[in-house]
Amino acid sequence: MKVFIYPTNSLILYDMVERFGHEPLAIMQEIGKKVRSQGLDSPPMNITPEDPKFGLKYAAVEVPAGVRGRMSLLDPLLTKAEAAIIVNDPVISFGCMGCARTNELVNFLLRGKKIPILKLDYPSTEEDAKLFVYKISEFLKSLKPAEENK
Amino acid sequence: MSVQDDNISQKSCAGCGEEKEIAPGIGHALKKITATENLVRVAQLSCGAEYSGIQDEIDSAAKQVNAIMVYPEIDIADVESIEEEFGLKVASPDLRLMMARAKSIVTGKVHVDAVFVATCFRCAEAAIVRSEVRRYIHEKTGIPVISYSFTERTTAATLLTRMEALTTTARRKSLLAREKQTGLTAGIDSGSTTTKAIIMKDNVIIGKGWVPTIKVIESAEEAFNNAMKEAGITRSDIQALGTTGYGRFLIGEHLKADLMQEEITVNSKGAVYLADKQKGVATVLDIGGMDNKAISVTDGIPGMFTMGGICAGASGRFLEMTAKRLGVSITELGSLALKGKASNVKMNSYCIVFGIQSLVNSLAGGSTPEDVAAAACHSVAEQLFEQQLQEVDVKEPVIMVGGTALIEGLPKAVEELLKVKVIVPPNAQYIGAVGAALLASGFINK
Repeated sequence: MKVFIYPTNSLILYDMVERFGHEPLAIMQEIGKKVRSQGLDSPPMNITPEDPKFGLKYAAVEVPAGVRGRMSLLDPLLTKAEAAIIVNDPVISFGCMGCARTNELVNFLLRGKKIPILKLDYPSTEEDAKLFVYKISEFLKSLKPAEENK
Repeated sequence: MSVQDDNISQKSCAGCGEEKEIAPGIGHALKKITATENLVRVAQLSCGAEYSGIQDEIDSAAKQVNAIMVYPEIDIADVESIEEEFGLKVASPDLRLMMARAKSIVTGKVHVDAVFVATCFRCAEAAIVRSEVRRYIHEKTGIPVISYSFTERTTAATLLTRMEALTTTARRKSLLAREKQTGLTAGIDSGSTTTKAIIMKDNVIIGKGWVPTIKVIESAEEAFNNAMKEAGITRSDIQALGTTGYGRFLIGEHLKADLMQEEITVNSKGAVYLADKQKGVATVLDIGGMDNKAISVTDGIPGMFTMGGICAGASGRFLEMTAKRLGVSITELGSLALKGKASNVKMNSYCIVFGIQSLVNSLAGGSTPEDVAAAACHSVAEQLFEQQLQEVDVKEPVIMVGGTALIEGLPKAVEELLKVKVIVPPNAQYIGAVGAALLASGFINK
Protein backbone atom coordinates (compact mmCIF):
# COMPACT_ATOMS: atom_id res chain seq x y z
CA MET A 1 0.00 0.00 0.00
CA LYS A 2 1.04 3.61 -0.45
CA VAL A 3 1.71 4.86 3.07
CA PHE A 4 1.88 8.58 3.75
CA ILE A 5 4.33 9.40 6.54
CA TYR A 6 4.36 12.46 8.74
CA PRO A 7 6.79 14.14 9.33
CA THR A 8 7.01 13.50 5.66
CA ASN A 9 10.82 13.68 5.53
CA SER A 10 11.36 11.15 8.33
CA LEU A 11 14.01 8.66 7.19
CA ILE A 12 13.15 6.29 10.05
CA LEU A 13 9.47 6.10 9.05
CA TYR A 14 10.42 5.80 5.39
CA ASP A 15 12.70 2.86 6.13
CA MET A 16 10.13 1.08 8.30
CA VAL A 17 7.39 1.39 5.69
CA GLU A 18 9.72 -0.04 3.05
CA ARG A 19 10.87 -2.91 5.29
CA PHE A 20 7.27 -4.07 5.67
CA GLY A 21 6.75 -4.22 1.92
CA HIS A 22 4.83 -0.98 1.41
CA GLU A 23 5.52 2.12 -0.65
CA PRO A 24 6.40 5.15 1.49
CA LEU A 25 5.11 8.51 0.32
CA ALA A 26 7.72 11.08 1.34
CA ILE A 27 8.49 14.66 0.43
CA MET A 28 11.99 13.78 -0.74
CA GLN A 29 10.40 12.22 -3.84
CA GLU A 30 8.66 15.48 -4.73
CA ILE A 31 11.68 17.69 -4.03
CA GLY A 32 13.79 15.25 -6.03
CA LYS A 33 11.53 15.75 -9.05
CA LYS A 34 11.89 19.52 -8.70
CA VAL A 35 15.66 19.66 -8.42
CA ARG A 36 16.16 17.12 -11.22
CA SER A 37 13.87 18.96 -13.62
CA GLN A 38 15.38 21.08 -16.39
CA GLY A 39 16.68 24.42 -15.17
CA LEU A 40 17.07 25.60 -11.62
CA ASP A 41 15.08 28.79 -11.16
CA SER A 42 14.96 29.06 -7.43
CA PRO A 43 17.55 27.24 -5.33
CA PRO A 44 17.75 25.36 -3.00
CA MET A 45 14.56 23.38 -3.68
CA ASN A 46 13.50 24.97 -6.92
CA ILE A 47 10.19 26.07 -5.46
CA THR A 48 9.10 29.15 -7.38
CA PRO A 49 6.45 31.76 -6.49
CA GLU A 50 4.07 29.72 -8.69
CA ASP A 51 4.10 26.78 -6.25
CA PRO A 52 2.22 28.43 -3.35
CA LYS A 53 -0.53 29.12 -5.89
CA PHE A 54 -1.00 25.34 -6.36
CA GLY A 55 -1.42 25.23 -2.59
CA LEU A 56 -4.59 27.28 -3.02
CA LYS A 57 -6.28 23.93 -3.68
CA TYR A 58 -6.04 23.33 0.07
CA ALA A 59 -5.95 26.76 1.69
CA ALA A 60 -7.17 30.24 0.86
CA VAL A 61 -4.92 33.16 -0.01
CA GLU A 62 -4.91 34.49 3.56
CA VAL A 63 -3.07 31.36 4.69
CA PRO A 64 0.69 32.08 4.83
CA ALA A 65 2.63 31.47 1.61
CA GLY A 66 4.96 29.02 3.38
CA VAL A 67 2.02 26.77 4.28
CA ARG A 68 0.66 26.84 0.74
CA GLY A 69 4.13 26.17 -0.72
CA ARG A 70 4.46 23.10 1.48
CA MET A 71 0.95 21.95 0.52
CA SER A 72 1.84 22.15 -3.17
CA LEU A 73 4.64 19.65 -2.51
CA LEU A 74 2.41 17.39 -0.42
CA ASP A 75 -0.51 17.42 -2.89
CA PRO A 76 0.57 14.39 -4.99
CA LEU A 77 1.42 12.45 -1.83
CA LEU A 78 -1.93 13.17 -0.20
CA THR A 79 -3.74 12.23 -3.40
CA LYS A 80 -1.98 8.86 -3.57
CA ALA A 81 -2.16 8.02 0.16
CA GLU A 82 -3.88 4.73 1.02
CA ALA A 83 -2.76 4.68 4.65
CA ALA A 84 -0.89 7.07 6.93
CA ILE A 85 1.39 7.16 9.94
CA ILE A 86 1.48 10.44 11.85
CA VAL A 87 3.95 11.14 14.63
CA ASN A 88 3.01 14.04 16.89
CA ASP A 89 5.61 16.43 18.33
CA PRO A 90 8.77 14.68 17.12
CA VAL A 91 12.22 16.12 17.81
CA ILE A 92 13.63 18.09 14.90
CA SER A 93 16.14 15.37 13.96
CA PHE A 94 13.40 12.72 13.52
CA GLY A 95 11.84 14.67 10.69
CA CYS A 96 10.24 18.05 10.45
CA MET A 97 8.02 20.13 8.18
CA GLY A 98 8.98 23.26 10.08
CA CYS A 99 5.49 24.69 10.32
CA ALA A 100 2.77 23.99 12.88
CA ARG A 101 0.01 25.29 10.60
CA THR A 102 1.01 22.79 7.89
CA ASN A 103 0.98 20.01 10.50
CA GLU A 104 -2.58 20.91 11.50
CA LEU A 105 -3.83 21.11 7.94
CA VAL A 106 -2.26 17.81 6.87
CA ASN A 107 -3.70 16.02 9.92
CA PHE A 108 -7.13 17.39 9.09
CA LEU A 109 -6.95 16.42 5.42
CA LEU A 110 -5.82 12.88 6.18
CA ARG A 111 -8.72 12.45 8.59
CA GLY A 112 -11.13 13.34 5.80
CA LYS A 113 -9.68 10.69 3.48
CA LYS A 114 -11.12 7.78 5.48
CA ILE A 115 -7.97 5.67 5.15
CA PRO A 116 -6.26 3.62 7.89
CA ILE A 117 -4.28 6.05 10.05
CA LEU A 118 -1.89 5.40 12.90
CA LYS A 119 -1.29 8.38 15.19
CA LEU A 120 1.51 8.24 17.74
CA ASP A 121 3.28 10.58 20.12
CA TYR A 122 7.03 10.80 19.74
CA PRO A 123 8.58 8.59 22.47
CA SER A 124 10.49 10.17 25.32
CA THR A 125 11.88 7.00 27.04
CA GLU A 126 13.48 3.81 25.77
CA GLU A 127 10.45 1.77 26.82
CA ASP A 128 8.17 4.15 24.91
CA ALA A 129 10.47 3.89 21.91
CA LYS A 130 10.14 0.09 21.83
CA LEU A 131 6.38 0.38 22.03
CA PHE A 132 6.50 3.07 19.32
CA VAL A 133 8.32 0.74 16.90
CA TYR A 134 6.05 -2.19 17.84
CA LYS A 135 2.87 -0.21 17.14
CA ILE A 136 4.17 0.95 13.76
CA SER A 137 5.20 -2.56 12.76
CA GLU A 138 1.83 -4.01 13.80
CA PHE A 139 0.03 -1.30 11.83
CA LEU A 140 2.15 -1.94 8.75
CA LYS A 141 1.60 -5.69 9.04
CA SER A 142 -2.15 -5.12 9.14
CA LEU A 143 -2.07 -3.35 5.78
CA LYS A 144 -2.32 -5.25 2.51
CA PRO A 145 1.21 -5.51 1.00
CA ALA A 146 2.00 -3.30 -2.01
CA GLU A 147 2.25 -6.29 -4.44
CA GLU A 148 -1.16 -7.68 -3.48
CA ASN A 149 -2.66 -4.28 -3.90
CA LYS A 150 -1.58 -3.99 -7.54
CA MET B 1 0.99 64.47 -6.66
CA SER B 2 0.22 61.13 -8.22
CA VAL B 3 2.35 61.49 -11.30
CA GLN B 4 4.92 58.77 -11.77
CA ASP B 5 7.86 58.47 -14.03
CA ASP B 6 8.01 55.54 -16.43
CA ASN B 7 11.07 54.24 -14.67
CA ILE B 8 9.57 54.03 -11.24
CA SER B 9 6.31 52.74 -10.06
CA GLN B 10 4.88 51.29 -6.92
CA LYS B 11 1.77 49.27 -6.44
CA SER B 12 0.14 48.60 -3.15
CA CYS B 13 -3.21 47.19 -2.17
CA ALA B 14 -5.33 48.04 0.79
CA GLY B 15 -7.04 44.68 0.77
CA CYS B 16 -4.11 42.31 0.72
CA GLY B 17 -1.43 44.45 2.30
CA GLU B 18 1.10 43.44 -0.26
CA GLU B 19 3.46 45.91 -1.75
CA LYS B 20 5.62 46.07 -4.78
CA GLU B 21 8.29 48.48 -5.82
CA ILE B 22 9.42 48.25 -9.34
CA ALA B 23 12.37 50.29 -10.47
CA PRO B 24 13.88 48.94 -13.66
CA GLY B 25 17.54 49.69 -14.03
CA ILE B 26 18.23 50.05 -10.34
CA GLY B 27 19.99 46.71 -10.18
CA HIS B 28 22.43 47.69 -12.91
CA ALA B 29 23.24 51.01 -11.26
CA LEU B 30 23.64 49.39 -7.86
CA LYS B 31 25.99 46.77 -9.25
CA LYS B 32 28.30 49.50 -10.46
CA ILE B 33 28.20 51.30 -7.15
CA THR B 34 28.65 48.40 -4.80
CA ALA B 35 31.08 46.30 -6.81
CA THR B 36 34.01 48.03 -5.13
CA GLU B 37 32.53 47.98 -1.63
CA ASN B 38 33.13 45.38 1.06
CA LEU B 39 31.12 42.19 0.96
CA VAL B 40 28.54 42.28 3.74
CA ARG B 41 27.54 39.04 5.46
CA VAL B 42 23.83 39.13 6.20
CA ALA B 43 22.43 36.39 8.44
CA GLN B 44 19.09 35.12 7.22
CA LEU B 45 16.76 34.08 10.02
CA SER B 46 13.58 33.02 8.30
CA CYS B 47 10.64 30.65 8.37
CA GLY B 48 8.92 29.60 5.16
CA ALA B 49 11.02 31.55 2.64
CA GLU B 50 12.22 28.47 0.77
CA TYR B 51 8.68 27.02 0.58
CA SER B 52 7.22 30.33 -0.58
CA GLY B 53 9.48 30.35 -3.61
CA ILE B 54 11.13 33.65 -2.76
CA GLN B 55 14.59 32.52 -1.65
CA ASP B 56 15.99 33.37 -5.04
CA GLU B 57 14.52 36.88 -4.74
CA ILE B 58 16.22 37.38 -1.36
CA ASP B 59 19.55 36.15 -2.72
CA SER B 60 19.16 38.33 -5.77
CA ALA B 61 18.48 41.49 -3.71
CA ALA B 62 21.50 40.71 -1.52
CA LYS B 63 23.73 40.17 -4.54
CA GLN B 64 22.78 43.56 -5.95
CA VAL B 65 24.12 45.31 -2.84
CA ASN B 66 27.23 43.11 -2.73
CA ALA B 67 26.00 41.14 0.25
CA ILE B 68 25.76 37.43 0.87
CA MET B 69 23.07 35.64 2.85
CA VAL B 70 24.48 33.27 5.47
CA TYR B 71 22.77 30.80 7.79
CA PRO B 72 24.25 30.74 11.30
CA GLU B 73 25.50 27.33 12.39
CA ILE B 74 23.69 25.72 15.29
CA ASP B 75 23.68 22.38 17.09
CA ILE B 76 20.56 20.24 17.26
CA ALA B 77 20.80 20.54 21.06
CA ASP B 78 20.52 24.34 20.72
CA VAL B 79 17.20 23.96 18.89
CA GLU B 80 15.86 21.62 21.54
CA SER B 81 16.74 23.91 24.44
CA ILE B 82 16.05 27.28 22.84
CA GLU B 83 12.41 27.64 23.94
CA GLU B 84 13.43 27.48 27.58
CA GLU B 85 16.38 29.82 27.09
CA PHE B 86 14.62 32.34 24.88
CA GLY B 87 11.36 32.19 26.82
CA LEU B 88 9.01 31.67 23.89
CA LYS B 89 7.25 28.33 23.37
CA VAL B 90 6.20 27.89 19.76
CA ALA B 91 4.57 25.14 17.74
CA SER B 92 6.54 25.55 14.50
CA PRO B 93 10.03 23.99 14.56
CA ASP B 94 11.39 26.44 11.97
CA LEU B 95 10.67 29.27 14.42
CA ARG B 96 12.71 27.41 17.04
CA LEU B 97 15.46 27.24 14.45
CA MET B 98 15.20 31.02 14.01
CA MET B 99 15.57 31.60 17.73
CA ALA B 100 18.53 29.21 17.96
CA ARG B 101 20.24 31.00 15.08
CA ALA B 102 19.64 34.35 16.77
CA LYS B 103 21.30 33.01 19.90
CA SER B 104 24.22 31.81 17.82
CA ILE B 105 24.73 35.41 16.60
CA VAL B 106 24.31 36.97 20.04
CA THR B 107 26.79 34.59 21.70
CA GLY B 108 29.36 35.31 18.98
CA LYS B 109 29.41 31.75 17.62
CA VAL B 110 29.11 33.22 14.15
CA HIS B 111 30.22 36.58 12.84
CA VAL B 112 27.79 38.52 10.67
CA ASP B 113 27.54 42.21 9.70
CA ALA B 114 23.75 42.47 9.53
CA VAL B 115 20.63 40.38 10.11
CA PHE B 116 17.53 39.85 7.96
CA VAL B 117 14.58 38.37 9.85
CA ALA B 118 11.71 37.19 7.65
CA THR B 119 8.57 35.13 8.12
CA CYS B 120 5.35 34.48 6.23
CA PHE B 121 2.86 37.34 6.09
CA ARG B 122 -0.31 36.51 8.06
CA CYS B 123 1.33 33.96 10.39
CA ALA B 124 0.58 35.21 13.89
CA GLU B 125 3.00 32.92 15.69
CA ALA B 126 5.79 33.91 13.32
CA ALA B 127 5.01 37.60 13.77
CA ILE B 128 5.61 37.30 17.52
CA VAL B 129 8.88 35.43 17.07
CA ARG B 130 10.04 37.77 14.30
CA SER B 131 9.49 40.80 16.45
CA GLU B 132 11.17 39.34 19.54
CA VAL B 133 14.15 37.92 17.63
CA ARG B 134 14.72 41.30 15.99
CA ARG B 135 14.60 43.08 19.35
CA TYR B 136 16.86 40.47 20.98
CA ILE B 137 19.59 40.85 18.36
CA HIS B 138 19.35 44.63 18.28
CA GLU B 139 19.57 45.00 22.05
CA LYS B 140 22.26 42.40 22.65
CA THR B 141 24.56 43.13 19.73
CA GLY B 142 23.81 46.47 18.07
CA ILE B 143 24.10 44.69 14.70
CA PRO B 144 21.74 46.33 12.18
CA VAL B 145 18.64 44.21 11.75
CA ILE B 146 15.56 44.42 9.58
CA SER B 147 12.45 42.30 9.65
CA TYR B 148 10.05 41.57 6.85
CA SER B 149 6.89 39.54 6.31
CA PHE B 150 6.70 38.10 2.83
CA THR B 151 4.22 36.53 0.48
CA GLU B 152 4.96 34.57 -2.68
CA ARG B 153 4.66 37.89 -4.52
CA THR B 154 7.67 39.42 -2.77
CA THR B 155 10.30 40.32 -5.34
CA ALA B 156 13.95 41.32 -5.25
CA ALA B 157 12.88 44.86 -6.18
CA THR B 158 10.64 45.01 -3.09
CA LEU B 159 13.54 43.98 -0.89
CA LEU B 160 16.21 46.06 -2.56
CA THR B 161 15.85 49.38 -0.71
CA ARG B 162 15.70 47.53 2.59
CA MET B 163 18.79 45.48 1.77
CA GLU B 164 20.58 48.59 0.61
CA ALA B 165 19.80 50.37 3.88
CA LEU B 166 20.83 47.33 5.89
CA THR B 167 24.17 46.97 4.16
CA THR B 168 24.85 50.70 4.19
CA THR B 169 24.36 50.82 7.94
CA ALA B 170 26.78 47.91 8.30
CA ARG B 171 29.28 49.22 5.79
CA ARG B 172 29.35 52.99 6.14
CA LYS B 173 29.24 53.63 9.86
CA SER B 174 31.99 56.26 9.64
CA LEU B 175 30.12 58.20 6.96
CA LEU B 176 26.88 58.01 8.92
CA ALA B 177 28.66 59.30 12.04
CA ARG B 178 29.10 62.68 10.30
CA GLU B 179 27.28 65.34 12.31
CA LYS B 180 28.21 68.56 10.51
CA GLN B 181 28.01 69.57 6.91
CA THR B 182 31.21 71.13 5.58
CA GLY B 183 32.10 72.94 2.35
CA LEU B 184 29.54 73.62 -0.37
CA THR B 185 27.39 70.58 -1.10
CA ALA B 186 24.01 69.77 -2.59
CA GLY B 187 21.40 67.09 -1.96
CA ILE B 188 18.53 66.04 -4.20
CA ASP B 189 15.64 63.91 -2.99
CA SER B 190 13.74 62.45 -5.93
CA GLY B 191 10.54 61.29 -4.27
CA SER B 192 7.57 59.54 -5.77
CA THR B 193 5.47 62.69 -5.49
CA THR B 194 7.84 65.65 -5.19
CA THR B 195 11.48 66.38 -5.89
CA LYS B 196 13.44 68.47 -3.41
CA ALA B 197 16.89 70.05 -3.69
CA ILE B 198 19.03 71.69 -1.02
CA ILE B 199 22.30 73.62 -1.17
CA MET B 200 24.32 73.78 2.06
CA LYS B 201 27.40 75.76 2.92
CA ASP B 202 29.34 75.28 6.16
CA ASN B 203 26.42 73.68 7.98
CA VAL B 204 23.83 76.25 6.82
CA ILE B 205 21.06 75.79 4.23
CA ILE B 206 21.52 78.50 1.59
CA GLY B 207 19.22 77.32 -1.21
CA LYS B 208 16.04 75.26 -1.60
CA GLY B 209 14.10 73.86 -4.52
CA TRP B 210 10.80 71.97 -4.46
CA VAL B 211 8.84 70.77 -7.50
CA PRO B 212 6.29 68.03 -8.20
CA THR B 213 7.89 64.92 -9.69
CA ILE B 214 6.74 64.66 -13.28
CA LYS B 215 9.70 63.38 -15.25
CA VAL B 216 12.43 62.29 -12.87
CA ILE B 217 15.46 63.94 -14.53
CA GLU B 218 13.69 67.11 -15.65
CA SER B 219 12.08 67.60 -12.23
CA ALA B 220 15.41 67.05 -10.48
CA GLU B 221 17.12 69.57 -12.73
CA GLU B 222 14.38 72.11 -12.12
CA ALA B 223 14.52 71.71 -8.32
CA PHE B 224 18.33 71.76 -8.40
CA ASN B 225 18.42 74.90 -10.56
CA ASN B 226 15.92 76.65 -8.29
CA ALA B 227 18.05 75.83 -5.24
CA MET B 228 21.26 77.00 -6.94
CA LYS B 229 19.54 80.19 -8.04
CA GLU B 230 18.41 80.93 -4.50
CA ALA B 231 21.91 80.20 -3.20
CA GLY B 232 23.48 82.36 -5.91
CA ILE B 233 25.88 79.67 -7.11
CA THR B 234 26.48 77.57 -10.22
CA ARG B 235 26.95 73.81 -10.68
CA SER B 236 30.72 74.14 -10.84
CA ASP B 237 30.83 75.70 -7.35
CA ILE B 238 29.38 72.58 -5.74
CA GLN B 239 32.02 70.35 -4.20
CA ALA B 240 29.91 67.23 -3.72
CA LEU B 241 26.41 66.07 -4.60
CA GLY B 242 24.24 63.42 -2.95
CA THR B 243 21.01 61.92 -4.29
CA THR B 244 18.30 59.94 -2.57
CA GLY B 245 14.70 58.82 -3.08
CA TYR B 246 13.14 56.60 -5.74
CA GLY B 247 14.92 58.32 -8.59
CA ARG B 248 18.35 58.45 -6.92
CA PHE B 249 20.15 56.26 -9.43
CA LEU B 250 18.71 57.88 -12.50
CA ILE B 251 19.48 61.44 -11.40
CA GLY B 252 22.66 60.36 -9.64
CA GLU B 253 24.11 58.95 -12.83
CA HIS B 254 22.81 61.88 -14.86
CA LEU B 255 24.29 64.53 -12.54
CA LYS B 256 27.37 62.45 -11.66
CA ALA B 257 26.56 62.44 -7.96
CA ASP B 258 29.20 61.46 -5.41
CA LEU B 259 26.64 59.66 -3.24
CA MET B 260 23.50 57.78 -4.26
CA GLN B 261 21.83 56.53 -1.15
CA GLU B 262 18.47 55.04 -0.20
CA GLU B 263 16.17 57.19 1.89
CA ILE B 264 16.17 55.19 5.13
CA THR B 265 19.73 56.08 6.14
CA VAL B 266 19.62 59.53 4.53
CA ASN B 267 16.31 60.50 6.16
CA SER B 268 17.48 59.25 9.56
CA LYS B 269 20.54 61.42 9.27
CA GLY B 270 18.59 64.42 8.01
CA ALA B 271 15.94 64.05 10.74
CA VAL B 272 18.28 63.96 13.73
CA TYR B 273 20.39 66.73 12.18
CA LEU B 274 17.46 69.10 11.64
CA ALA B 275 15.88 68.25 15.00
CA ASP B 276 19.27 68.63 16.70
CA LYS B 277 18.99 65.16 18.26
CA GLN B 278 22.13 63.57 16.89
CA LYS B 279 23.14 61.85 20.11
CA GLY B 280 21.20 59.06 21.74
CA VAL B 281 18.06 57.28 20.60
CA ALA B 282 15.24 58.69 18.48
CA THR B 283 12.39 57.47 16.31
CA VAL B 284 11.93 58.90 12.85
CA LEU B 285 8.52 58.71 11.15
CA ASP B 286 8.19 59.63 7.52
CA ILE B 287 4.75 59.36 5.91
CA GLY B 288 5.53 59.75 2.26
CA GLY B 289 3.43 60.32 -0.80
CA MET B 290 3.28 56.61 -1.49
CA ASP B 291 4.92 54.79 1.41
CA ASN B 292 5.93 55.13 5.03
CA LYS B 293 9.11 54.68 6.94
CA ALA B 294 9.47 54.13 10.66
CA ILE B 295 13.08 54.11 11.80
CA SER B 296 14.58 53.50 15.22
CA VAL B 297 17.79 55.53 15.35
CA THR B 298 20.78 55.49 17.72
CA ASP B 299 23.35 58.29 17.39
CA GLY B 300 21.97 59.09 13.95
CA ILE B 301 22.40 55.54 12.65
CA PRO B 302 19.32 53.44 11.89
CA GLY B 303 19.04 50.26 13.93
CA MET B 304 15.62 48.81 13.24
CA PHE B 305 13.38 50.09 10.52
CA THR B 306 10.32 49.26 8.51
CA MET B 307 9.38 50.51 5.14
CA GLY B 308 5.75 50.01 4.30
CA GLY B 309 3.70 50.44 1.29
CA ILE B 310 1.24 48.61 3.45
CA CYS B 311 -1.72 50.55 2.20
CA ALA B 312 -2.32 53.67 0.17
CA GLY B 313 -4.75 54.65 2.93
CA ALA B 314 -1.75 55.21 5.21
CA SER B 315 0.03 57.56 2.84
CA GLY B 316 0.05 61.20 1.91
CA ARG B 317 -2.09 60.29 -1.08
CA PHE B 318 -5.05 59.65 1.26
CA LEU B 319 -4.74 63.16 2.69
CA GLU B 320 -4.37 64.65 -0.77
CA MET B 321 -7.61 63.00 -1.88
CA THR B 322 -9.38 64.20 1.26
CA ALA B 323 -8.18 67.76 0.63
CA LYS B 324 -9.42 67.56 -2.95
CA ARG B 325 -12.84 66.34 -1.80
CA LEU B 326 -13.06 69.15 0.76
CA GLY B 327 -12.07 71.70 -1.88
CA VAL B 328 -8.99 72.91 0.02
CA SER B 329 -5.30 72.74 -0.81
CA ILE B 330 -3.17 70.10 0.91
CA THR B 331 -1.42 72.86 2.86
CA GLU B 332 -4.77 74.04 4.26
CA LEU B 333 -5.91 70.58 5.31
CA GLY B 334 -3.65 70.50 8.39
CA SER B 335 -4.89 73.71 9.97
CA LEU B 336 -8.48 72.67 9.15
CA ALA B 337 -7.90 69.37 10.97
CA LEU B 338 -6.66 71.18 14.09
CA LYS B 339 -10.08 72.83 14.43
CA GLY B 340 -11.99 69.53 14.08
CA LYS B 341 -12.64 66.44 16.17
CA ALA B 342 -11.91 63.06 14.59
CA SER B 343 -14.31 61.16 16.87
CA ASN B 344 -17.26 63.05 15.38
CA VAL B 345 -16.82 61.15 12.11
CA LYS B 346 -17.36 57.42 11.87
CA MET B 347 -14.88 55.76 9.53
CA ASN B 348 -15.53 52.17 8.53
CA SER B 349 -12.29 51.54 6.70
CA TYR B 350 -8.69 52.73 6.34
CA CYS B 351 -8.86 52.00 2.63
CA ILE B 352 -8.18 54.83 0.19
CA VAL B 353 -11.41 53.94 -1.62
CA PHE B 354 -13.78 52.94 1.18
CA GLY B 355 -12.27 55.28 3.76
CA ILE B 356 -12.82 58.27 1.48
CA GLN B 357 -16.35 56.95 0.92
CA SER B 358 -16.92 57.09 4.71
CA LEU B 359 -15.71 60.69 4.74
CA VAL B 360 -18.02 61.61 1.84
CA ASN B 361 -20.94 59.95 3.63
CA SER B 362 -20.12 61.92 6.78
CA LEU B 363 -20.15 65.17 4.82
CA ALA B 364 -23.53 64.18 3.37
CA GLY B 365 -24.70 63.41 6.90
CA GLY B 366 -23.85 66.91 8.08
CA SER B 367 -20.28 66.56 9.44
CA THR B 368 -18.16 69.68 9.24
CA PRO B 369 -15.12 69.83 6.91
CA GLU B 370 -13.00 70.41 10.04
CA ASP B 371 -14.13 67.11 11.59
CA VAL B 372 -13.64 65.27 8.30
CA ALA B 373 -10.10 66.67 7.94
CA ALA B 374 -9.29 65.59 11.51
CA ALA B 375 -10.74 62.12 10.86
CA ALA B 376 -8.59 61.74 7.75
CA CYS B 377 -5.42 62.63 9.71
CA HIS B 378 -6.44 60.29 12.51
CA SER B 379 -7.06 57.45 10.04
CA VAL B 380 -3.59 57.76 8.51
CA ALA B 381 -1.92 58.02 11.93
CA GLU B 382 -3.89 55.10 13.33
CA GLN B 383 -2.98 52.82 10.47
CA LEU B 384 0.69 53.77 10.78
CA PHE B 385 0.45 52.98 14.49
CA GLU B 386 -1.37 49.67 14.04
CA GLN B 387 0.53 48.25 11.12
CA GLN B 388 4.03 49.65 11.26
CA LEU B 389 5.03 50.97 14.65
CA GLN B 390 4.90 47.48 16.14
CA GLU B 391 7.95 46.72 14.03
CA VAL B 392 10.23 49.29 15.69
CA ASP B 393 10.74 50.33 19.28
CA VAL B 394 9.19 53.77 19.57
CA LYS B 395 11.55 55.76 21.77
CA GLU B 396 11.44 59.49 22.39
CA PRO B 397 12.14 61.86 20.83
CA VAL B 398 9.76 61.04 17.99
CA ILE B 399 10.65 63.11 14.94
CA MET B 400 8.16 63.41 12.07
CA VAL B 401 9.58 64.38 8.72
CA GLY B 402 8.56 64.66 5.09
CA GLY B 403 5.98 66.91 3.50
CA THR B 404 3.10 65.30 5.38
CA ALA B 405 4.63 66.37 8.72
CA LEU B 406 3.62 69.92 7.77
CA ILE B 407 -0.06 68.93 7.65
CA GLU B 408 -0.49 69.98 11.29
CA GLY B 409 -3.37 67.61 12.00
CA LEU B 410 -1.18 64.59 11.27
CA PRO B 411 1.58 65.09 13.90
CA LYS B 412 -1.20 65.96 16.34
CA ALA B 413 -3.02 62.68 15.57
CA VAL B 414 0.25 60.76 15.98
CA GLU B 415 0.86 62.51 19.32
CA GLU B 416 -2.59 61.52 20.54
CA LEU B 417 -2.08 57.89 19.55
CA LEU B 418 1.46 57.46 20.84
CA LYS B 419 0.98 59.70 23.90
CA VAL B 420 4.34 61.34 23.26
CA LYS B 421 5.44 64.75 22.04
CA VAL B 422 6.17 64.72 18.33
CA ILE B 423 8.90 66.98 16.98
CA VAL B 424 8.52 68.43 13.50
CA PRO B 425 11.90 70.01 12.71
CA PRO B 426 12.25 73.08 10.51
CA ASN B 427 12.51 72.23 6.80
CA ALA B 428 10.95 68.83 7.53
CA GLN B 429 9.86 68.51 3.91
CA TYR B 430 13.51 68.75 2.75
CA ILE B 431 14.71 66.00 5.08
CA GLY B 432 16.08 63.69 2.38
CA ALA B 433 17.83 66.46 0.48
CA VAL B 434 19.39 67.83 3.68
CA GLY B 435 20.55 64.35 4.70
CA ALA B 436 22.07 63.80 1.24
CA ALA B 437 23.86 67.18 1.30
CA LEU B 438 25.18 66.46 4.80
CA LEU B 439 26.46 62.99 3.94
CA ALA B 440 27.84 64.16 0.58
CA SER B 441 30.24 66.48 2.40
CA GLY B 442 32.07 63.31 3.46
CA PHE B 443 33.10 62.93 -0.20
CA ILE B 444 34.69 66.36 -0.63
CA ASN B 445 38.24 65.19 -0.10
CA LYS B 446 37.88 62.13 -2.27
